[in-house]
Amino acid sequence: MAEARASVGGRPGGWKILRRNRTAVVAMGLLLALALVALLLPEVMPAGLLGASEDSYLPPLSRGGDGLFHLCGTDVNGQDLFVRLLTGARVSLGVGLVGACISLGVGTVYGMVSGYFGGRVDALMMRLIDVIYAVPRILFIMIFIAALDPYLEGWLDAVRLQVQARNWSMLEGWVTAAIPYSRILVMILSLGLVEWLTMARIIRGQVLVLRETTFVTAARAMGQRPAAILRRHLLPNLATVVLTYLTLTIPAVIMDESFLSFLGLGIEAPAASWGSLLKDGAQAINPLASKWWLLVFPAAIMSATLLALNYLGDGLRDAFDPRGGE
Amino acid sequence: MVRFLVRRLLSSLVVLWLAASITFVLMRSIKGGPFESEKGTAAAAAAKLARYKLDGTLWEQYAAYMSSLARMDLGESTKYVNWSVAELLGQKLPNSFLLGGTAFLLASLGGVFLGALAAVRRDSAADRGAMMLALLSISIPTFVTGPLLIAVFALGLGWFPVGGWGRWGQLVLPAICLALPYGGYVARLMRNSLLDVLGSDFLRTARAKGLGATQAVARHAVKVAILPVVTFLGPLAANLLTGSMVVETVFNIPGAGMVFVNSIQNRDVFLLGGAVVVYCALLLFFNLVVDVLYSLLDKRIRIHG
Repeated sequence: MAEARASVGGRPGGWKILRRNRTAVVAMGLLLALALVALLLPEVMPAGLLGASEDSYLPPLSRGGDGLFHLCGTDVNGQDLFVRLLTGARVSLGVGLVGACISLGVGTVYGMVSGYFGGRVDALMMRLIDVIYAVPRILFIMIFIAALDPYLEGWLDAVRLQVQARNWSMLEGWVTAAIPYSRILVMILSLGLVEWLTMARIIRGQVLVLRETTFVTAARAMGQRPAAILRRHLLPNLATVVLTYLTLTIPAVIMDESFLSFLGLGIEAPAASWGSLLKDGAQAINPLASKWWLLVFPAAIMSATLLALNYLGDGLRDAFDPRGGE
Repeated sequence: MVRFLVRRLLSSLVVLWLAASITFVLMRSIKGGPFESEKGTAAAAAAKLARYKLDGTLWEQYAAYMSSLARMDLGESTKYVNWSVAELLGQKLPNSFLLGGTAFLLASLGGVFLGALAAVRRDSAADRGAMMLALLSISIPTFVTGPLLIAVFALGLGWFPVGGWGRWGQLVLPAICLALPYGGYVARLMRNSLLDVLGSDFLRTARAKGLGATQAVARHAVKVAILPVVTFLGPLAANLLTGSMVVETVFNIPGAGMVFVNSIQNRDVFLLGGAVVVYCALLLFFNLVVDVLYSLLDKRIRIHG
């Protein structure tokens, strides 16, 4: 398989091109650092910083009544904004990553089947995508959330009761902890199920080219079945394109999530995402007493993350898919 | 051309039918009906459902809705009693159209200009600055730029009102806010496409004939390079004209964007269905306009049925 990959996959030396792209490398480093900090730092912070306190609306770089230092200030409930930003990063990045992976899975399979079988199957599958494109995306996400949310919550509750009856204490803790986050699970699912259209189109285009290559013809002549050809011969050749568009789908999903949270349809307190923090921050902007830090810090961290993801995605595309995209 | 238009019309009807069907069936399968949050007896709620033909099986409800759509009747809102969907949308859509139209002009003209400038001065500071600006405006969500614009230009400098609707000054900030991300996207598209064209043979011929650099670009290159931009403008127009929910929320504008959000929460199935149908019709219409424009701009493409 190695020979096949070298001959048709991304231009040889794609990784080298990427490494020479300094902006993309810096962006990747920043993203990794952010993910690490968001995962690890809240675990080692003093417990007083993690919850609510008496000191609401403290400006940045100040000390609260309990002597704790607040780097980015506090919000209405006296929660430390820096900690909220980090826990929000977990939700936002997590939703972005998992949502993009779901859309990637759906889009890749759909595009591969459509492109490989071609003809009438292809025409029908592509027409379906056109139809879905014609309906406002965000609207479908909203309807999905409204439709699925009560069911998942009810289902989790039923599971909790079952587990309780059987006395599996460890599982019970997990399920109870998951219930407030059921909205997030539904959101990830809905976002993933809606964002795959572009991916499917791009994969299909690639497969249309790949299936005419000699190694695919050879595989077919050897009597391999379509499923095996798709998995063993086409998928490895699609890997870099998939990776590129994964990087470009993550910011789109993060944007959608924050958009929903901003409209009050997404993450609910006490859980936070960048979108819900921005919503609180935007409400704190008024002519009388401007609590600017509540808007500026979430806005800065979110914009910087999206910018880094877009730079990285552009770099990957330049390296692996020179004719693709825009 | 006529055959093309007829075929397009038929396929558009299929798309509209599918979109309305999906919306209706999904909305009626959601937990909670339109009248469940109201006080009153179960009998009163049932009577209301019957009035809107939302009783009976899902199939009967669907058939009733489809037959009313076929008569070009979008139905009545279940939330706002005695208001028809057409009246409600007719009240909100003009506001969204004005805002979206302004943003559309800003985004397309500004984006094309910025992108062309960046391509002509490739790898200069102007190019890098313009592309940085474009990527920034794509990466920052509108609900960040909105409050920031308000904080700087309305509260800080006092040039424009904070929000509201009705005077011309109140149009400026929301239109800029709405136009920014799309303008950035158009600028990137335009730059890439113009760079491709600038390296092509026919442009060298134009220069060899004695056309100046500016004229060659303005007369020949832009005409070709703008094609991919035009494809993007179709969906963009429909997106902008039906209003952006966020911008309308931030600037407190009575537009159509919030109709989508509110009607889902109120389970106002006919209002949502009407909004979806109107949105899809607009999208299909603008895509058609784009295809016709395409054949006019690019002489190699002929429309035939």
